[in-house]
Amino acid sequence: MSDQPSQTELDALLEQAVRRHGVGRDALIPILSEVNKSIGYIPAEAFGKIRRRLNTPQEGLFLADSHVFAVASFYQMLSLQPTGAHVIRYCESAPCHVVGARQVLEAIQDELGILPGETTRDREWSLIPTSCIGVCGVGPVFLIDQDLYGNVTPDRVHEILDRYR
Amino acid sequence: MKVIRSLVLVSNDPRSVELGAEEVFRALHAEIRSQGLHDQVRIGTIGVVGEQQHLPLVMVYPEAVAYGPVTLDDVHLIVEEHLLKGQIVMSLLRFLQEPAGELAWLRTRSGALPVQQRIVLERAGIIDPYSLDDYLLHNGYTALGKALTSMTPEQIIDEVDQSGLQGRGGAGFPTGRKWGFVRAAPSHPKYIIANADESEPGTYKDRLIIEGDPFSLIEAMTIAAYAVGANEGFIYIRGEYRLAYQRLENAIRLAEEHGLLGDAIFGTDFTFHIHLHAGAGAYICGEETALIESLEGKRGQPRARPPYPPSYGLWGKPTLVNNVETLANIPAIIRHGSEWYRQFGTPSSRGTKVYTIMGNVNFTGAIEAPLGITLREVIEIYGKGMKHGRRLKLVQTGGSSGSIVPASLQDTPMDFESWRKAGASLGSGALLICDERTCVVDLAKVLLQFFRFESCAKCTPCRTGTQRLYQIVDAISKGHGALADLDELQQLGKDMELLSNCGLGQTASVALRDILKHFRDEVEEHILERKCRAGVCRIPALSPYEIAAAAATPSQAAIEEFEGSTESV
Repeated sequence: MSDQPSQTELDALLEQAVRRHGVGRDALIPILSEVNKSIGYIPAEAFGKIRRRLNTPQEGLFLADSHVFAVASFYQMLSLQPTGAHVIRYCESAPCHVVGARQVLEAIQDELGILPGETTRDREWSLIPTSCIGVCGVGPVFLIDQDLYGNVTPDRVHEILDRYR
Repeated sequence: MKVIRSLVLVSNDPRSVELGAEEVFRALHAEIRSQGLHDQVRIGTIGVVGEQQHLPLVMVYPEAVAYGPVTLDDVHLIVEEHLLKGQIVMSLLRFLQEPAGELAWLRTRSGALPVQQRIVLERAGIIDPYSLDDYLLHNGYTALGKALTSMTPEQIIDEVDQSGLQGRGGAGFPTGRKWGFVRAAPSHPKYIIANADESEPGTYKDRLIIEGDPFSLIEAMTIAAYAVGANEGFIYIRGEYRLAYQRLENAIRLAEEHGLLGDAIFGTDFTFHIHLHAGAGAYICGEETALIESLEGKRGQPRARPPYPPSYGLWGKPTLVNNVETLANIPAIIRHGSEWYRQFGTPSSRGTKVYTIMGNVNFTGAIEAPLGITLREVIEIYGKGMKHGRRLKLVQTGGSSGSIVPASLQDTPMDFESWRKAGASLGSGALLICDERTCVVDLAKVLLQFFRFESCAKCTPCRTGTQRLYQIVDAISKGHGALADLDELQQLGKDMELLSNCGLGQTASVALRDILKHFRDEVEEHILERKCRAGVCRIPALSPYEIAAAAATPSQAAIEEFEGSTESV
């Protein structure tokens, strides 16, 4: 997922996003989201490309690359670096914490041998802390890619991660 | 007319789908047809994220029976025994014997729980959220019809004002007055925004409302737009809520196809369009001016206020920003009138509130109850008591920015006014119930970690204040604290409350302030005795070096003796 995209792939992706969301300033975040979704992160050369594409005289937009970067770096769902093939996002907010999230996190760290914010050397796994994802009734919770796991206990971690190996 | 005898709903949240919910759905469909029941039984989907071991789940109404986990092999049995013969399949009833998860509220109809007063969740879990027909069959769009054909915008605003409805996002501002401001604003065009960027930890009421009853939000927004004079609306939904997004997308499309949204609604000359906008992951975008900045394609950093959005909002135009739960009350208010609505709740806080219950109780999930019930009622009745019979220590209300309420306040009625007097805030309705195994220092640390992570970094008091608060509390949790730290925490908290640009920095220290007010002795224990009574903080024992260093510190008497001896030399 996180392989370096070719220039033409990136251009095609941008064209498609622009067709869907337009070239107004308010299209910036949806376009960034789409790039992030397809490639897994936003490659550095995308900033210039997006800026050039959105700087249309009709819209009166005069964005700099730094504007695009500023927006992309602000939002947590947008990644500026390649991630592992699978991304674990674990909730570190209070509702999960009081029902045992720390023990679950420690089990994941032991299983993968990485700390929060890191990617395994084989580029298979990234472990990313996140704030509440709104399924607190079944905490502790984590997401693997798009799949949600709730009521997780430390002894279930190995079995759950195995499903992705 | 066809009489529908049973309604069968299959869970189709992402987890259920992965576990084969779609196959179960298709098999049920085929089996119902082959038994000749397709005229009497409707089949639909329901979005629930419940206990993992119960998914995929099949609910059957009107009995409100939940089967789960249902496999393909069970489908024949359910159709033949339950739908054909009318007998509940006891062997599949694992869920009802062992209830848990946020499905708790669904069970009210089976009589297992006290009846809740449901206004905003009245259809959630009962109708098929993908079906406009289902919504229409359950009083859907009667409110919009009434509003557009027999009421003036002023009458609608007056009705909402009279109902006493207050914003459900946390601040509790009177909704009718806000609408009045936007209507009265001289500039055009006007916009309305439904704030579905629900990110306050522990809060997922808006997700339940949207997933269970997406059309009600659209109907409510249309009424609001008509009342304030807007022709364009936005739903800003947090990026993590994929299922809710899909359901809204579908609902908007269906409403447009049926002339309930778009141009010439209900055949009148009223035009209203809704755009769906997914967030990209930022807690701060729940703050209304940050949300507007984000909609405009910028970093979600709150603006300086005033001017407030009703006069200067999206693209500088008058903008109404309402929380999803607030809006979800509107159709019922218009349908039944403000008099009807005022009978629920307390004199200062009308209506119902959706609470999300979590933490160390037997029953976690969402309930909707009239404002003014007490925490004790929530824990005993809806939460089914504390887990393992442990004692209640504290409740955190309204998410990370909310208050810490000690067990001694559990009989205070939960309405905006009573809680304000008690020095607490109701916030978004999240109730995190903690037993005595929760350490207040550890809890404060988790909350401050959240704020330092989520601070938008625009203003200094919040950007550096949240970091500093965390550092100090972290040191205390590791046994490196000093009593003077507590004064610094309190002073810094006050400074942040006064100086921060928006609610995030202003409320980041609220929980800490409450902890120091109600649990100061426990915090001091960490510092003076290097002890965590809950056994959560891992305070290392003093190393031999540290013990030696402490012992080597000369006493006052020794110092005086030493000074005396040098003088005599």
